[in-house]
Amino acid sequence: MANVVLRNVRKTYPGGFEAIKGVDFEVGDGQFCVLVGPSGCGKSTLLRMVAGLETVTAGEIDIGGRVVNQVEPADRDIAMVFQNYALYPHMSVYNNMAYGLRNRGMAKPEIDARVQEAARILELGAMLDRKPRQLSGGQRQRVAMGRAIVRQPKVFLFDEPLSNLDAKLRVAMRVEIRKLQRRLATTAIYVTHDQLEAMTLADILVVMNAGQVEQIGSPLEIYAKPATTFVASFIGAPPMNLMPLDAEGVRARFGGAATEAGILGVRPEDLVIAREPATGGGLTLDLTVEAIERVGPETFIYGTRSRHGDLTAISSKPGELPPDDIIVRVPGQDAPAIGDRMFATALPQHLHLFSAAGRRIEVQG
Amino acid sequence: MVEHRKFGNLLPHLILWTGVLIVAFPVYIAFVASTQDNATIANGQMSLLPGGHFLETYYKTLFVGTSGTTREPVGTMLFNSFVMAMLIAVGKIAISLISAYAIVYFRFPFRMTIFWLIFITLMLPVEVRIYPTYKIVADLNLLDSYAGLTLPLIASATATLLFRQFFMTVPDELLEASRIDGAGPFRFFWDTLLPLSRTNMAALFVILFILGWNQYLWPLLITTRDDMQTIQIGIRKMIVTSDALTEWPVVMATAVLAMLPPVAVVVLMQKLFVRGLVETEK
Repeated sequence: MANVVLRNVRKTYPGGFEAIKGVDFEVGDGQFCVLVGPSGCGKSTLLRMVAGLETVTAGEIDIGGRVVNQVEPADRDIAMVFQNYALYPHMSVYNNMAYGLRNRGMAKPEIDARVQEAARILELGAMLDRKPRQLSGGQRQRVAMGRAIVRQPKVFLFDEPLSNLDAKLRVAMRVEIRKLQRRLATTAIYVTHDQLEAMTLADILVVMNAGQVEQIGSPLEIYAKPATTFVASFIGAPPMNLMPLDAEGVRARFGGAATEAGILGVRPEDLVIAREPATGGGLTLDLTVEAIERVGPETFIYGTRSRHGDLTAISSKPGELPPDDIIVRVPGQDAPAIGDRMFATALPQHLHLFSAAGRRIEVQG
Repeated sequence: MVEHRKFGNLLPHLILWTGVLIVAFPVYIAFVASTQDNATIANGQMSLLPGGHFLETYYKTLFVGTSGTTREPVGTMLFNSFVMAMLIAVGKIAISLISAYAIVYFRFPFRMTIFWLIFITLMLPVEVRIYPTYKIVADLNLLDSYAGLTLPLIASATATLLFRQFFMTVPDELLEASRIDGAGPFRFFWDTLLPLSRTNMAALFVILFILGWNQYLWPLLITTRDDMQTIQIGIRKMIVTSDALTEWPVVMATAVLAMLPPVAVVVLMQKLFVRGLVETEK
């Protein structure tokens, strides 16, 4: 039971590479914090710094009111679940869970009680004598969880614990992890690159990019008001449509406050197929249908935007959708045919405006 | 699919059988010779069937020895060879494990220099550095001792390299999990690394035991006392070329006895080998 506070934490590797460029955030007692970002953004490094597996170049890491920068991992009162589980291959499930407790010199009956309790919670009772190699992926994952639980730590640390599981199991384990964490009311920090995992698990979501925090907030807050274009395109699937807008267009659409060119964003699910252009300040896109994906309950329509009105085209950044390509997400399975022209409209309150540098600009009504 | 033609099966079998015969026949002859009496062999009238002197010859070989040349029963030599081979095998494995652990898991100044120094000794087997090694062992008063027999052969680059390669395949997360579980460097080595190295240790033990058992040049140089003789030296000494009569049954019995411990090691360790291969750990 503890909160975790990071104060201006930095990490520079001996080669001079700056992996973490000053990170501040606080995870309250019992909260589930998810660090999400693309690979190489420093989220795993940050977690390993909290665990004590990486040194802290500058700043402070505080667990339960104690600065732990110089404290050994074993003495930080944390437990970690690794991506590849890191179970001791030569030890039985029971010993895997008991090992850390034995090293602490805990009495045998106490160890036994804790391991049996964890095995009961995780339904591992029948497997206590097996070796890790005799277990399926999901069972190994549960043993790794068990090893963390028996410690009764102040903080759970998860390093992409579900990425080695198949899709179905991943969803089941995700729910299980969340239930378990709620039940034990233990603070948790969870690293993932999967935005769906991030959205469903987090009390607080920390979106990271290139060693920096892009945005901190509740998942829905971040979904509703992404602070940067990076967050906008990272959270939500399919990603938000982003279109450049020149200064005049910004003024015309968002009133006199904005005077510079910017980026207009609209989520695929906020676009509606229409026969006629929208009236009254909404956005209208004139699209030619390029591709259609039907996934059952909903359909994704990929269209190319015709040059239209105030939306100028500029070249796209690498890795992003070309600014003329738009995704529309509609419920059901009805969709126009490929090659058709159609209008997609969005209400004014569903439009997001970002500065040319990618920062969110709040617009009134 | 392998086709099952008669001829296609016959030829490989023929080749294999020929190979087995070529290897096994001399061993069989040695055994037969060890069961005949010396006069028969000396006359060149040895039969290809075992004779009736089995117990007599082996008793004499093990507990009495030849009448003139070696002056010690083969039992003593077997013991010496066994101690030497065991010390070399166990010593090499222990030293290599520890040095490989240091090189892979610890950051200290000149780590790579030390690694390369160890690596370079690969090019300097005992035979190459025999004079300086002899000088050192002699100056340390280790002639005619087990320490002198084994120490120069224990320092080993091959085994260190092997364990280094193996340690590098052990996932880093295991070390990290150990650290979080409160296991220090020693506990990690003892509780995790050693059990994982079991299969490698068994394989190395077989190779090193046989290597130690078959040492000839080094024991020849540094043992002068009869009761420190190893069996390889003993056999050589038993075969006299000058005036005396070679006691061939005893020589052959000694040869057969000298073969047994390596065979036993291979047979016993093979079980562990196979088990290690079946249950791939890690």
